Amino acid sequence: MDLSYTDEELAFRDEVRAFMRDELPKEMSDKIRLGDELGKEGQEKWHAILNSKGWLAPNWPKKFGGAEWNAVQRHIFEEEAAAHHAPRIVPFGLSMLAPVLQKFGSKEQQDYWLPRLLEGKDWWCQGYSEPGAGSDLASLKTRAVREGDHYIVNGQKTWTTLGQHANMIFCLVRTDPDVKQQEGISFLLIDMNTPGIEVRPIILLDGTHEVNEVFFDDVKVPVENLVGEENKGWTYAKYLLTHERTNIAGVGFSQAGLNTVKRIARAEMAGGKPLMANPHFAARVAQVEIDLKAMATSNMRIISAAAAGGAPGVEASMLKVKGTIIRQEINDLARRAVGPYAMPFASEAIEGSNEALPDPHEAGPVAAQYFNNRKLSIFGGSNEIQRGIIAKVMMGGGQ
Amino acid sequence: MNFDLTEERQMLQDSLRRYLREKYSTATRNEILERPNGMSEEVWTQLAELGVIGAMFTEEQGGFGGAGFDIAVVFEELGRAGVIEPFMDSALIGGRILAACDKTDLVEEMIGGGLQLAVAHGEPTSRYDMSHVRTSVDGGKLNGRKAVVMNAENADHLIVSARASGDVADEAGIALYLVAKDAAGLTIQGYPLLAGGRAAEVTLDGVEGELLTEDGFAVLSDVMALATMAQCAETLGAMDTATRLTNDYLGTRKQFGRPIGTFQALAHRMADMLIEMEQARSAVINAAGNLREETRIRDMNISAAKNLLGRAGRLIAEESIQMHGGIAMTQEYELAHIAKRITMADHRFGDTDHHLERFIALSAA
Repeated sequence: MDLSYTDEELAFRDEVRAFMRDELPKEMSDKIRLGDELGKEGQEKWHAILNSKGWLAPNWPKKFGGAEWNAVQRHIFEEEAAAHHAPRIVPFGLSMLAPVLQKFGSKEQQDYWLPRLLEGKDWWCQGYSEPGAGSDLASLKTRAVREGDHYIVNGQKTWTTLGQHANMIFCLVRTDPDVKQQEGISFLLIDMNTPGIEVRPIILLDGTHEVNEVFFDDVKVPVENLVGEENKGWTYAKYLLTHERTNIAGVGFSQAGLNTVKRIARAEMAGGKPLMANPHFAARVAQVEIDLKAMATSNMRIISAAAAGGAPGVEASMLKVKGTIIRQEINDLARRAVGPYAMPFASEAIEGSNEALPDPHEAGPVAAQYFNNRKLSIFGGSNEIQRGIIAKVMMGGGQ
Repeated sequence: MNFDLTEERQMLQDSLRRYLREKYSTATRNEILERPNGMSEEVWTQLAELGVIGAMFTEEQGGFGGAGFDIAVVFEELGRAGVIEPFMDSALIGGRILAACDKTDLVEEMIGGGLQLAVAHGEPTSRYDMSHVRTSVDGGKLNGRKAVVMNAENADHLIVSARASGDVADEAGIALYLVAKDAAGLTIQGYPLLAGGRAAEVTLDGVEGELLTEDGFAVLSDVMALATMAQCAETLGAMDTATRLTNDYLGTRKQFGRPIGTFQALAHRMADMLIEMEQARSAVINAAGNLREETRIRDMNISAAKNLLGRAGRLIAEESIQMHGGIAMTQEYELAHIAKRITMADHRFGDTDHHLERFIALSAA
C-alpha cells in the first residue's frame, strides 16, 4: 500500500502543470473561474490547444490518435485541469461517441469521423433522452423506418446539451416496435442540417441556455450512418454510458470548489471575525473536506483497479452518488459564504440584464451555480437510478 | 387554544388566494420577471385595493391589522404564488419604519398603493449584523455605501441608516433618515435578483436627508422582527407550492410503466417533505404568536422559525427538484421559480447558521 504517486506519475503531473501554466489562456481560465460561458469558439480553441499537444483524446488508443493514458494519468490531468480552471473537454464526440465507433463502428466510419473529431471539424451532441423516456431510457419512442437507402426518422429528443452548437447528433432510435424494448433500438448518426430537424432552446433555472429540444420530422438519414447492427443499439448505448461515467467523481472540481469556498470565507466578515473562524461555518467546511478526502482515495482505488482505458462497474455508481452529493454541498457552502451577495443575478436569458454585478469576493454567480449543479444528481442516470444499480448488483449478486 | 384564523383573516386569505390564482399565473409572473423594473404596477395597485398593504398596519397606524397573524396570512399567500412585487421591502419594512416614526401621511399613501420605498440599511461588509453601520452622518450630510438595497430604483424615498455616534458595530448611535430619490449625491446602481425583483448598490456622497429617528436600532429591530417572521411565512407558502407540485408530479409522471410515486424510494421522501411542512407551519405560528411577547421570547421564536425554515426549505427545494428531474431545472416551470424563492430567502434577515447562533445566545441570556 502506497498512497503517493510514483516518480513517473509525479513527472507526468509536472508536465501537465507546465502545460496548464504555459498554454491555458488566462482569459479562458478567468471565465471558467467566474462561472462564465466559454461559448463555441472558446471551446474549440481549447480543443485545438490540447490537440496540438496530443492530449485532446486522453482515453483513445494510440492507433486512433489518442494519448492512451491510464486511469491514474487521466485522473492527474483532470485534477490539474480543475485546479487551473481549465475548460472541460466537451465530452459528447470525444469521450462518448468515439469509444463506440472504435469498438462497434465500421472501418469507413472510424476513418471518416475520428480524425474529424480531433481536428474539431464536427460538434456532436447526444440524442438519448425523450420527454417520456428519462430514467426509463429504453422506453424511447423516436422512430426510424428503413426505406431503400435511408432511414426516415420521426420523434423528439430532449435535454440535448449544447445542441445549439452541434452539426451532428448521435441518436438512439426505435427500429423495431414489436419486440422487447431493449431489442428494437438502433444507434444512428444524424446530420443536424438535414431538412426536418428543428432545435429549440430550453432555458434553465439559472438563465443559461445549455440544453435543447430536438424535433425530427421525416428526417432522411443514409443507412451508412447506422453504427453496428440494426436493433443492437442498446448494447452500444450501455457501453457509451460506462464511458460517460469516467471522471464521474469530479474530485478535481470539488477540490477547486472547496478552495474557493475557503478563500471567500477567509475574506468575508461575520460578527467582526472572518467567516472561516465561525465555528458553525468551519464545521460545515470541515465535514465536506473529510468526505472529499475519503472519496478522493476511493476514486484512486477504483480507477487504479480499472484496467487502462477501461471503465469501472458498480463502483462508478457509488462514485457518482457520493461525488455529486459532495459537489452540491460545496455549491451550497459557496452560496452561504457570500451572504446577501448571493442574491444578485446576471442572466443571459433576461434581456438587458447582463449588467455588472457586485461581487466583492470575485466569487462569480455562486447561487446560480448552486442551482445549475442540481443537474449533477439528475443527469447521466439520476442518483436514484445509481442507487438502484448498486442495490441490485450488491444485494442480488451480479449485474 | 384555537388555531383557526379569525373571520377577517380568513376572508383576506380567501380573496388574496383567489386573486393570485386567477391573475398571477406562472406565465404572467414569468413575463413580469423580464420587465426592466422587475415588477408590475398593476398587480401592486390591485393587491393594495384588496387590502394586502392595509393588513400590515394597525388601526392606529391607519390600517386594519398589523398583528403577527395578519402579516403571516398575507405573506404566506404571496409566497404560495411566488409574488415578486416588493411587498416585503417597500410596504412592510419601509412602511412600518415610517409608521414607527409617525410619518402618518406617507403611511396613508403606502396603504393606498401610491408609494414605493426602499430601506438602505445593509452594507458591503455587514453580512447579517443589524448593528453594523459604517455610513456616516455629519452636519446632516450622509456619506457611505449600502449593499443589495431592495427596490431602490423604484422607490420614491429611501430610508437610510447612518452612524451618528459610536463604533461601527454599536447598537446605540444609529439614526434613520428619509432621502428623496432625486437627492443630490445619491447614486443607485441597479441589477436583477436571482429570485426575481431588483436591488441596487447605493452610494451616498454628501446626501441630505430628513431625520426620522435617532434611535434607529430600536425601530429597526422591531421592524426586522416583523419582517423575519413575514419572510418565514412567505417561504412556508412557497414550500407548500413546491410540495404540492411534487406530490402531483409523482402521481402523474410514469417511468417503467407506473407512476414514479409508487416507488418507495420516492414515496418515503415525499412523506418526509410533508412531515417537514407541518414542522415549518408550527414554527411560523410560534413566531407570529409571540410577536408581542417580551423581546427575548419574541426573538427566540423568530430565530427558531428562521433556522427551521432554512433547513426544511432547503430539503423541500432540493428534493422537489430532484424528484421532478430535468423538468424542474427549466426556467418556465413553476417549481424553478418557487425553489429559487425558497433558497434565496435563506440570504435575507440572517441565514440558518446566523439564527442558530442567535437562538443559542438568547437561550443563554
